Amino acid sequence: MNIESIRQQLRSFILENYLFTDDPAALADDSSFLDGGILDSMGILELIDFLDESFAIKVEGDELIPDNLDSIDNLIAFIGKKLQA
Amino acid sequence: MCGIAGILPIRRPLEREPTLRLLGAMAATIQHRGPDGEGFYVDEAVALAHRRLSIIDLAGGAQPMHTIDGDLCVTFNGEIFNFIELRAELIGKGYHFVSQSDTEVILHLYREYGLAFPSYLNGQFAIGLWDKREQTLILVRDRVGICPLYYSLNPERLVFASEIKALRPALSENLHIDPRALQDIFTGWTCIAPATVFKGILQLPPGCILTLNSLGEMTQSQYWDIAFPRAREEYDQRPESILVEELHGQLLQATKLRLRSDVPVGAYLSGGLDSSVLVALMHRQTQAQLRTFSLGFSDAALDETSFQQRVVDYLGTDHSRVQVDYGQIAAQLVATIWHTESPILRTAPAPMAILSQLVREQGYRVVLTGEGADEVLGGYDIFKEAKVRQFWARNPDSSFRPLLLSRLYPYMDLPKGDAALYLKKFFGVGLETPELLWHSHLPRWQTTSKAQLFFSASFAEQLNVLRADDYESRIATLFPAQARDWHPFHRAQYLEIKTLMSGYLLTSQGDRMLARNSVEGRFPFLDHNLMEFANRLPPKVKMKAMKEKNLLRKMAARYLPAEISQRHKQPYRAPNVSASQDALFGGELGDYLSEQTINDTGIFDAKKVAFLLKKARSGKPLNTAESQALTGILTTQILHQQFC
Repeated sequence: MNIESIRQQLRSFILENYLFTDDPAALADDSSFLDGGILDSMGILELIDFLDESFAIKVEGDELIPDNLDSIDNLIAFIGKKLQA
Repeated sequence: MCGIAGILPIRRPLEREPTLRLLGAMAATIQHRGPDGEGFYVDEAVALAHRRLSIIDLAGGAQPMHTIDGDLCVTFNGEIFNFIELRAELIGKGYHFVSQSDTEVILHLYREYGLAFPSYLNGQFAIGLWDKREQTLILVRDRVGICPLYYSLNPERLVFASEIKALRPALSENLHIDPRALQDIFTGWTCIAPATVFKGILQLPPGCILTLNSLGEMTQSQYWDIAFPRAREEYDQRPESILVEELHGQLLQATKLRLRSDVPVGAYLSGGLDSSVLVALMHRQTQAQLRTFSLGFSDAALDETSFQQRVVDYLGTDHSRVQVDYGQIAAQLVATIWHTESPILRTAPAPMAILSQLVREQGYRVVLTGEGADEVLGGYDIFKEAKVRQFWARNPDSSFRPLLLSRLYPYMDLPKGDAALYLKKFFGVGLETPELLWHSHLPRWQTTSKAQLFFSASFAEQLNVLRADDYESRIATLFPAQARDWHPFHRAQYLEIKTLMSGYLLTSQGDRMLARNSVEGRFPFLDHNLMEFANRLPPKVKMKAMKEKNLLRKMAARYLPAEISQRHKQPYRAPNVSASQDALFGGELGDYLSEQTINDTGIFDAKKVAFLLKKARSGKPLNTAESQALTGILTTQILHQQFC
């Protein structure tokens, strides 16, 4: 699975489930999910489930920080590190 | 509850027969409010209608009622609880009464005190009073908005009624949804009085009196408002033990007045502190076995049956309970919106209609309820949340202070890791502006306003044109100038009473769901004497540390077992739409959300709504904002089809 495919899946997940659109322009890859009100606490937990179900990525307790999860770019960087480890 | 309606032509006479027909059509739409009789008064200058629910002076209280000389005529919805005392006082002043009803008191009280008369009333009321000599119509609404009163004014006439649907026969055009009012509902749950969700239809704000004469000259003034201390010395500083006694006396008197009726009075019993205290006080005063009524939910997380049963066993009431499931709520929703006359963001009104139906089926038409206790005595979590956020704002960089919020909402799912940072993102709104009068409500508005994401581009464009006058600036107009000197806790109480309580709990979830089944609700915690006492209490007495309704708990301990008197507040909640999706969207209700219907209505973006529905149907739980949005969209669609 290449990183670009993961990016597209993540974008579709956020766009359809939290912004309720398929318009790619509605989400910039560096937009903060929390500052933009795109995800709330339940949304973050759903995102963690999605990472597990779609990419078999387990997020540890100490990794649950906005630096890892708060935008598409942050997620891609985080997933890249996880896949390398 | 009764239903009232009327017409005042401006600079032109009324024709009797067409006016009677129109008045009859208006009154017929609100027959549910008063199935026991109807009455009309028409002369050249005014037309008044009344639908009666007989509760006091069953034989002699027919309306519209006029003075013997014919100079004054009144149509009135509600109850004047202190009518016995007022009657005696007026007889002492030489007035002659021909009935035993509270309605007649209004006529003589106006003659004695003029436009100051509402200040003498202890009750819940919407009044239309015609002063023939002055050729002036006087509309009055009770202090907190228990009884509804709507009107529409154009250069030719004013029409008024208890419900918006009663105005429609008198309107020349269809109703249209007001974009700004809908945006307000999709922000703070309610319109901001005097607005309603329909263009050109206004409500008389609570505590207000409006006059309009036959020349079209209008005045409006406020005869009562909630007031809080502006300085420490204005607080009631008596010892807490004395304050508990005072609260006991006030609540006892408020309950006693609200037991005045010529038909039996029952009570709603949720199993919480407020309704349980009321039932205990009723029991003490009547010594008879009481009839109580409650809801049970098939969803265990919402169900309070075990607490209800504990109180029933303890006080020995004759209790009836109706079990409500998702399917019943879905089946009730279209009829519910016909009565709320407003979009709603939660389904909670629907079960309240099922409950009032139970009351009526059991032969009762009056119930006491605990509504208002949380607003008046400080019971809601939003007051605690506001207290923590004020505390946090004094040290915004603290990582400890926001953690108090997770203790307040233990059921909130927070990611582990840096919990304080997440809390800051969710509740930190306005952290830098704690001086805002509406600071307490910013997180709630932020969550609810996510529903606006679903507005269509054309609807959003209409809102852009109106943006100069935004929500917060209009909320600001609700506050009196002295609110700047109030404690933040009191500002939060004021806002909660002025918006959610008056605009939703007492109307969509209160009057409308009661009146729909011809039942009258009475609310001892909203007695204005009790409210004025409670408003002088220091915030730390109302909420001790994080213990809500401190005084009421202490008072209740003498009447109720500790598991009830010390029980944590569980707000009344009904299942949300994500939980009830199969029942909601399987049949008729799904049609309201079809792409075609959404596009025809034009308010929402069909594609976005489709994505939201897809998420709801996937079986994943919707979060609070999404659930509110889905309910709001569905009920707006229903409302539009019914009224526009």
